[in-house]
Amino acid sequence: MHLAELLASSFRMAIPILLTALGAVYSERSGVVNIGLEGMMIVGSFWGALGSYFYGPYVGFLVAMLAGIVLAIIHAIASVTFKVDQIVSGVALNILAYGSSRFMSQAIFKMATTTPHVAGLVKINIPGADSVPYLKPLLTGISPIIIITILLVPISEFIINRTVFGLRLRAVGENPLAADTLGVNVFRMKYAGVLISGMLAGLAGAYLAMEHTGMYVEGMTQGKGYIALAAMIFGNWTPSGALMASLLFGFAESLSFRVVENSFIPYQFIKMIPYMLTLIVLAGFVRKSTPPAADGVPYERNAG
Amino acid sequence: MINAVEVKNITKRFPGVTANDRINLEIKRGEIHAIVGENGAGKSTLMKILSGLYQPDEGEIYIFGKKAVISSPVKAIEMKIGMVHQHFMLIPRFTVLENIILGSEIRAGISIDNKKAKKIVEDLCSMYNFSINLDSRVENISIGQAQRVEILKVLFRGADILVLDEPTAVLAPQEVKELFLNLRRLKQEGKTIVFISHKLDEVLDIADRITVLRRGRVVGSAVPGEITKEQLARMMVGKPVLIDLKKRETDPGEVLLSVKNLRVKDPGGKSVLNGISFEVKGGEIFGIAGIEGNGQKELAEAIIGLVNIDSGSIKIRNIDIKGLSVNQIRKMKVAYIPEDRHKNGLVLPMKVWENEIMGFQRDDKFYKKPLLKLKSAQDFTRSKIREYSISVSSINQAVEDLSGGNQQKVILARELSENPDVIIASQPTRGLDIGATEFVHEQLLKKRDEGKAILLISADLEEVLALSDRVGVMYNGSIIAEFKPGEITLEDVGIYMLGGPEKKVSGE
Repeated sequence: MHLAELLASSFRMAIPILLTALGAVYSERSGVVNIGLEGMMIVGSFWGALGSYFYGPYVGFLVAMLAGIVLAIIHAIASVTFKVDQIVSGVALNILAYGSSRFMSQAIFKMATTTPHVAGLVKINIPGADSVPYLKPLLTGISPIIIITILLVPISEFIINRTVFGLRLRAVGENPLAADTLGVNVFRMKYAGVLISGMLAGLAGAYLAMEHTGMYVEGMTQGKGYIALAAMIFGNWTPSGALMASLLFGFAESLSFRVVENSFIPYQFIKMIPYMLTLIVLAGFVRKSTPPAADGVPYERNAG
Repeated sequence: MINAVEVKNITKRFPGVTANDRINLEIKRGEIHAIVGENGAGKSTLMKILSGLYQPDEGEIYIFGKKAVISSPVKAIEMKIGMVHQHFMLIPRFTVLENIILGSEIRAGISIDNKKAKKIVEDLCSMYNFSINLDSRVENISIGQAQRVEILKVLFRGADILVLDEPTAVLAPQEVKELFLNLRRLKQEGKTIVFISHKLDEVLDIADRITVLRRGRVVGSAVPGEITKEQLARMMVGKPVLIDLKKRETDPGEVLLSVKNLRVKDPGGKSVLNGISFEVKGGEIFGIAGIEGNGQKELAEAIIGLVNIDSGSIKIRNIDIKGLSVNQIRKMKVAYIPEDRHKNGLVLPMKVWENEIMGFQRDDKFYKKPLLKLKSAQDFTRSKIREYSISVSSINQAVEDLSGGNQQKVILARELSENPDVIIASQPTRGLDIGATEFVHEQLLKKRDEGKAILLISADLEEVLALSDRVGVMYNGSIIAEFKPGEITLEDVGIYMLGGPEKKVSGE
């Protein structure tokens, strides 16, 4: 087994988790728990494949992000405007995403669980990679999405910590009443947080379908939306924390692939590694991390 | 000279009550104007109208001589009115600076110009003699400093009229002094200050003029120096009030409650009670003074069995209660009046009679397997309503529809019904009007005279000193001083509330 190869694979596995976890950071820092991320990834993977099938990969990614945003709008309307329990709304969206993708797949491709093969983006090779054979797996065949995602980490850190938007987003997640009395539009900030999370989760789903597998397959997200939530918590609601946590989960997942190839431990147990890791991490570390003070609490403007 | 604020015939009605009834008020530019009144007199409603949270049903408001419609808090600040809320509207995890600039950030492109913002706030601080570290997180600063952050927030937004709602309610005496220095400084610089309070001493100290509200109406105005505290109190309440309680000499009996080296940790493992020891004898009120959040709540909850004891012991009539359930402890004739009656004392949507028997629902009196004895529960409630003169429309009324005073009476009636030997009273008069407060005080003194042991925990220093036979001051999970009321000055109590004489108490 090649170490560079394992690392490269870890990176590829970490990307969809990281993208979605970054989205979750925006949503939760605004005070909205978004358990519907899994569903937003599902629609992203299906609509990404659909867009790419008919109009090529660029349109595919755009359509996927739009699909994620549409689902996010539903989540925002339900949980921000109408103050439905955020978990209930999110779970409902996951069911909706699963059912609607299956339905659309059957209607358009006459296949309920997969789409035909679709094109991805042109892969990037870092010039000069051939001269360092050992690092070749890390430096060649890189999806542009990987680069965008990595860049999104410092960009998100900047947005959340240094900009007016970020300050207000965090304020709304910590104490919406205080923000409201200072003239911050609480609802607009929460909508923004949720919509950004939908867009990034949609992008993550499309990455899975177009860059990983080359097609949409039902159930291909394999709970990565939930793992992303775990990564965000593990990363203490920060983009850079989410990066570290996602890399850990990505590493666990790629390890589970490799181990299968040369081991006699039953395959099912190896497959459990990423999920067991999620459980252990959540059980062991959640107590030490601090969520935004008003996370998950619908904001009601109370005249009294 | 034009008035900073002029209110003409303001009326605000809520279902069933006229909170403000044709109120007229003139606040001159550059004065400190106090508005006093009991709870429910309409002070807060008036302030909420001024700060744009409520709209008046009738009447007009003029700000600096111009007619104003204050439709929102943002509008209020545009008109230079800044509200300093009683309950701070701060974000603990943000820095002081972030809290001040939020919503009115100084921009540099899409990012915040922190340098410039900091410069502006620092200038404000030096202008008004505020000393505060702008980079500390609000969760790490004192309550007095948090209040300064609130004031800076409105100054940063250019407020010329500052409305302070019960600003001293949460402060220790020294912090009150400092606040008053700040307020006088603000006045010097030409700011107008509206000071809402029901603490008469403070009002007489700081205000240039006083307006008194009672039951939604202006009942008079006064100038400090021309009116005594008693006269002011009479104006506020409408009848002469006893400021001093009549306390009989008693002979304390045997020790009924004893706490020894009690240590308690919060769920995060942080120590909240660091070895507390005291005894309360029958016929004695032991008062706990101190700024809230120094372990008082945990102490009460440890005695009633709601939180686990880490080490040390609590004995009721010499029986160690370690490991006993709340129910078992209550059965030992311990009564508990919790500090938050809405959260812990009552089930708000449930009926008066249901609340009245709560905790005793398995007593033979009210319970015959598997059913409640409805009639006896309701008869019991009716007799308590008579005994404590609780005003309710029926015993089936939801307890959330009662006034605060009547809610507290429901709790008192229930807790005292089993003739308890030990009474834990945590903030028993919080938010009550003078009448209801008096009633609670009378009940506690009555129980004391009957030979019961009472632990009185209150953030209201005057209350603690007036009622208690002995007082302990809690600071940071310890009782750092114990004395009899009258033995030391109010000043000294204040010093202990802030951590004791060895701690420097200044405007750091």
